[in-house]
Amino acid sequence: MTNGWIDIKNTDMMLIMGGNPAENHPCGFKWPIEAKLHRNAKTIVVDPRLTRTAATADLFLQIRAGSDIAFLGGLIHYAVENNRIAHEYLVNYTNAALIIKDKFKLPDDGLYSGFDPERKTYDKSTWNYEEGGDLTGKPVEPTPAKQYEQPAPHPAAKRAVPAVPPPPALPPKTAFDLSLQHPRCVFQLLKKQYERYTPEMVERITGIPKDQFLKAADMFTSVRKDGDMKKVATIIYAVGWTQHSFGTQIIRTAAMLQLLLGNVGRAGGGVNALRGHSNIQGATDMAGVFDILPGYLKVPTPADTDFAAYLKRITPNPAKPDPWDSFNYWSNTPKFAVSFLKAMYGPSATKENDWAFNYLPKADRNYSWVNLWNEMYEGKVKGLFAFGMNGVMIGPDSQKNIDALKKADWLVVCEIYPDETSEFWRAPGISADEMKKINTTVYRLPGAGFAEKDGTFVNSARWLQWKNVALPPPGQARLDQEILATIFLNVRELYRKEGGKFPDPILNASFAYTNPYNPSLTEMAKEINGKALADLTDPKTSVTIKAGQQLPGFSWLKDDGTTLSGNWLYCGSWTEAGALTQRRGTEDPSGLGIYPNWAWSWPMNRRVLYNRASCDLNGKPWDPSRRQVWWDEAKQSWVGNDIPDFKADSPPKDHMGPFIMNPEGVGRLFVPLGAMADGPFPEYYEPIESPIANVLHPNQSNNPVVKKYKTDADKYGTVDQGYNVICTTYRLTEHYHYWTKNNPMNVQLVPEPFVEVPAELADRMGIRGGEKVKVTSARSHYIAKAMVTRRIRPMKIDGKETFQIGIPIHWGFRGIAEDEDKTAKTLTNQLTPTVIDPNAYTPEFKGFLVKIEKV
Amino acid sequence: MSDRKTLQIKQISGHSGPAAGFDMQRDYEVCKLIDTTICIGCKACEVACVEWNDMPFTPTTFDNTYQTMPSTSYHFWNLIKFNEHQREDGTVQWLMRKDQCMHCADPGCLRACPADGAIVQYTNGIVDFQQENCIGCEFCVSGCPYDIPKFNPATKKVYKCTLCSDRVGQGLEPACIKACPTGCLKFGSKDDMKFIAEERAKQLRENFGFEKAGVYDPQSIGGTHVVYVLHDAENPERYGGLPKNPVIPWSYTVWKWLFKPVLGTFALFGLLGVLLHYVTVGPRRAQPEPPIKERES
Amino acid sequence: MEFSRRTFLKGAVLGGAGFSTLGFDLTPVYAQTQSLKISRASETRSTCPYCSVSCGVIIYTLGDKAKNAIPQVVHVEGDPDHPINRGTLCPKGSSLEQDILNDRRLLKPQVRRPGGTDWEDIAWEQAYAEIAQRVKKTRDDSFIEKDASGKTVNRCETIGFTGGCTDTNEFNYLVVKTMRSLGVCYLENQARV
Repeated sequence: MTNGWIDIKNTDMMLIMGGNPAENHPCGFKWPIEAKLHRNAKTIVVDPRLTRTAATADLFLQIRAGSDIAFLGGLIHYAVENNRIAHEYLVNYTNAALIIKDKFKLPDDGLYSGFDPERKTYDKSTWNYEEGGDLTGKPVEPTPAKQYEQPAPHPAAKRAVPAVPPPPALPPKTAFDLSLQHPRCVFQLLKKQYERYTPEMVERITGIPKDQFLKAADMFTSVRKDGDMKKVATIIYAVGWTQHSFGTQIIRTAAMLQLLLGNVGRAGGGVNALRGHSNIQGATDMAGVFDILPGYLKVPTPADTDFAAYLKRITPNPAKPDPWDSFNYWSNTPKFAVSFLKAMYGPSATKENDWAFNYLPKADRNYSWVNLWNEMYEGKVKGLFAFGMNGVMIGPDSQKNIDALKKADWLVVCEIYPDETSEFWRAPGISADEMKKINTTVYRLPGAGFAEKDGTFVNSARWLQWKNVALPPPGQARLDQEILATIFLNVRELYRKEGGKFPDPILNASFAYTNPYNPSLTEMAKEINGKALADLTDPKTSVTIKAGQQLPGFSWLKDDGTTLSGNWLYCGSWTEAGALTQRRGTEDPSGLGIYPNWAWSWPMNRRVLYNRASCDLNGKPWDPSRRQVWWDEAKQSWVGNDIPDFKADSPPKDHMGPFIMNPEGVGRLFVPLGAMADGPFPEYYEPIESPIANVLHPNQSNNPVVKKYKTDADKYGTVDQGYNVICTTYRLTEHYHYWTKNNPMNVQLVPEPFVEVPAELADRMGIRGGEKVKVTSARSHYIAKAMVTRRIRPMKIDGKETFQIGIPIHWGFRGIAEDEDKTAKTLTNQLTPTVIDPNAYTPEFKGFLVKIEKV
Repeated sequence: MSDRKTLQIKQISGHSGPAAGFDMQRDYEVCKLIDTTICIGCKACEVACVEWNDMPFTPTTFDNTYQTMPSTSYHFWNLIKFNEHQREDGTVQWLMRKDQCMHCADPGCLRACPADGAIVQYTNGIVDFQQENCIGCEFCVSGCPYDIPKFNPATKKVYKCTLCSDRVGQGLEPACIKACPTGCLKFGSKDDMKFIAEERAKQLRENFGFEKAGVYDPQSIGGTHVVYVLHDAENPERYGGLPKNPVIPWSYTVWKWLFKPVLGTFALFGLLGVLLHYVTVGPRRAQPEPPIKERES
Repeated sequence: MEFSRRTFLKGAVLGGAGFSTLGFDLTPVYAQTQSLKISRASETRSTCPYCSVSCGVIIYTLGDKAKNAIPQVVHVEGDPDHPINRGTLCPKGSSLEQDILNDRRLLKPQVRRPGGTDWEDIAWEQAYAEIAQRVKKTRDDSFIEKDASGKTVNRCETIGFTGGCTDTNEFNYLVVKTMRSLGVCYLENQARV
């Protein structure tokens, strides 16, 4: 979330789409309700089903699963056409005025410039800003293409000798047109890109009737009626947007809309990812995924032949209109990276050995979730750890994952309940004979539940909250950290005794904990925050930190090895003052729901990101009744109710951009160069399995850079094969993934799996509520009882009658109902296709094709 | 043990007139407010009720609805009723209403109950069953206009929501109220709840286009200590059979009236009451489960 | 049949009740409300492990945390001080007691051997030793120090680690430290899916 849960109460308008917070985040949903009760805020809910969120909406629109970009693109078109945009914000706080290279081409045929059809990738060199100055009011001339090499950001970088020509970089001085008239300025390109997304087109693609779409568009953009800047609208989403083969681009479209309307950085505004589970945000921050290191540092690649080359690649330089300023906070990357390596390898990371940079594995291909299972299926991945992660249930294509595990040598599962992954070898349909042929050794280790462990979770509002131990684990169960540390130290002991391949990182990983075999999470948390390794003095304030002391914040981090920090983003969470994550201050003096003394939020306790954008160019809040931060002329500093997410002493006249993590300093309507794999603007593509060809460009129906998997297990269905119903998967409020099926209370609330079927489809198929149905996709089938409902209506998609059904994901083959043989023991994710978003690598769990029949 | 300061008894079943000591202390009436327009049917109240009261878990069956079970039961006192209502324009409104004891000002159950002290009404409005005094006659079941008291065949006693009298007696809010994520449940004095409810109904009429929004606090039974805000107060039946004008069967009203002067002939008139009840209300049968269609529409 | 018997019972019971009151025992009946089950339990502040709202919860355990008292969870309720949930909980959070006290919990380490048709018990130390040997063997068999073009890669592509959604930050940091040091590339988490 750019904002936070409580902050939603400050909004005037909500678009809830790709998320179902009433069902999946009920306690957070009180804040949209508060906005309704106390601000008369309106809610628009767009969803394939009339959900419990939609039940409270002022306007509900039923959308075809996966057609979200068409809807949001239509909103952008409507906002621009009707001048419901925040002009001053747009010109100064976004890249609307920046000029794009003349070779850049919009995707009228579904493809941007630079597409390589063979490799299915883009050469993104034209997706870049033009170098130059102020072109406001000047005639348009094409400029010759030119490549920019970045100047060295770090002294160590001088040693780097590029073996290949440097990749294209952003120009340090970008051309711009503040009148937004230049035909190649971002705003004009955006206008052109989305003028195709007319209300009629939205209706054809999404199935939302034109009049209803226009009602929603008028309602949402009404916050910018007549140029008013006081009102604020928010967009709230969750995995309904991410789980598509163009998921990241859906979210981009929403972000663009919010930038156009000037809603980002403001109380009651923002683009708010609800995230899913208790510590998904934390797992991302802490780099539980292959492509990043803690604090969103990029993973090294083989091309980073030494540390300097690595830093050079990942440290950006400012790229902006010359008269403007840019904080470019990522210019501190070297400090974060060195401090991280010091935390990882302690005294073994020295300047001489490049801070042990070579200890880190170098990745130059996609090691993400679906690829992991694909490679295991192909027999390449031999061993797997699953700590609280039920990969068989999660899928996609659960059967492929089961078959993959059959080929592994070993599997180590740490769980608190018997789960499908640890018992894959006795999944339904596997005979005793077959079982004997499965050679995988499975260790199932009993871990500790939440009440038995301390440590921090990060919620979607970026709050780190410490929890306490209530009781010890039951039976022989052990703490997860004890299990993992002991396994690692046993491996280390073997390498120490026997030697082996490249043992250095294993032997030198810093384990300076009081009890290394069961490291206390307090010690880990302090190491994550970081400490000084030598006496440090701030030259400006003369404040000194002694060696060994906890660091007060990431501005103290150094790139010379005198600091360590496991994750720079969390630096400031556990200082000499103690654990800020344990704070329980309930005061909220501004009434904006900031609660500055409750727990701690990254970065540096700022509660609303980019909050500089809540003020006009002069540093005065757009809405005086919702004052977050402002420029204090007397103090020559940014001050406020929230911590300014900005360079505190940068006066408004310097025109430093509010989006301090971008090299431009401004919000990106157009994403230059390689940040997105599939286009600098979002374009509408059909899901991989779709009932129609793309109406915008039938010859380029799907996302052009999405690749299908090629094993015999990977099958994709079409309407011609009879898969004529759209299916989406989701979660229920009564259940939690594959966990509460072990909990008698929750099983009582919703005892059995079901399939939600529109009444009209049920009538046609002769299906009555409570009867068993079989849902079949190109992969496999699923059997459950039908819930016949009028909450999903038939739709007209490009004029053709189309049905959607929905299946909750919660049931497997181990659980209370399953063990009592009350379910068919099929898994929802046996149906879902193996295909991933090219940016975030998230599978397309929503909007695939099935057929449905009565059992 | 009860806290006499907050749980002062007003009426006792099997006794005519008010309880001894009634009206000797100041007290305010408590009330639960249920705003159905912001209920998300999450069932947190159902779970909070089961958990706080340590009730056993029972198997349920899928029944083409999100509703946990067809009606409340002796070990499930709090149930969200889900109803799909199709508007005239074809769109669907999904209504959710928390169903539980309404803690009527004039409780039909208490009127009907012949057992001394099996049902008490506190001065704060809570109607509470005292199972050790319950004789299992189930008169309360037929006396209730909301189908709330439920007979447990194993213990031969009748049970229902206590409005968490144990918590309220200690100065806490009921468990369901505390849990409710959206705040569609509120708890406080009846005056405050009525005020908030009327304000909310007005807001719904003026700002959200629900012209018929209103408050449900039926005066036919003297009002209730559970009040609803409804999008459409003219059609409470849409919310899973909430009666528009709930009434206590007249046999029980008569029964009480007859008893007043002649307590000593209790047994005789008891039989008469049964007879009257049979004649007027009909035989008691197993709780009929509302057909699926009815719950849907 | 059923109704007539029921009616008879009603009459009989009612008559009995009547006789008891004929004794004119008019002692006021006071409410036998149960005492508050959490009044003396220990309170532990925690965070709900389910969704990303991260509601504050209070876990009530029997005993006052004295050494001889083995804590037993008696109730879980929302933390009214918590600014986001303000004491509220959803149906999952409200049933957390059942998650903590659950007879389906795994209580001992087990192993399923190749070709096995059931679980076998295994001692912790034995499990640790076997897992460590397997990790080392798999890593040593496949570790890549340099790629085809001779660039240092130092990676192990044959071991995967998948982390769950309820792993704490501190645990996840330990995962990064241990797995990256082993050279693991297939490091993934619920955060992806």
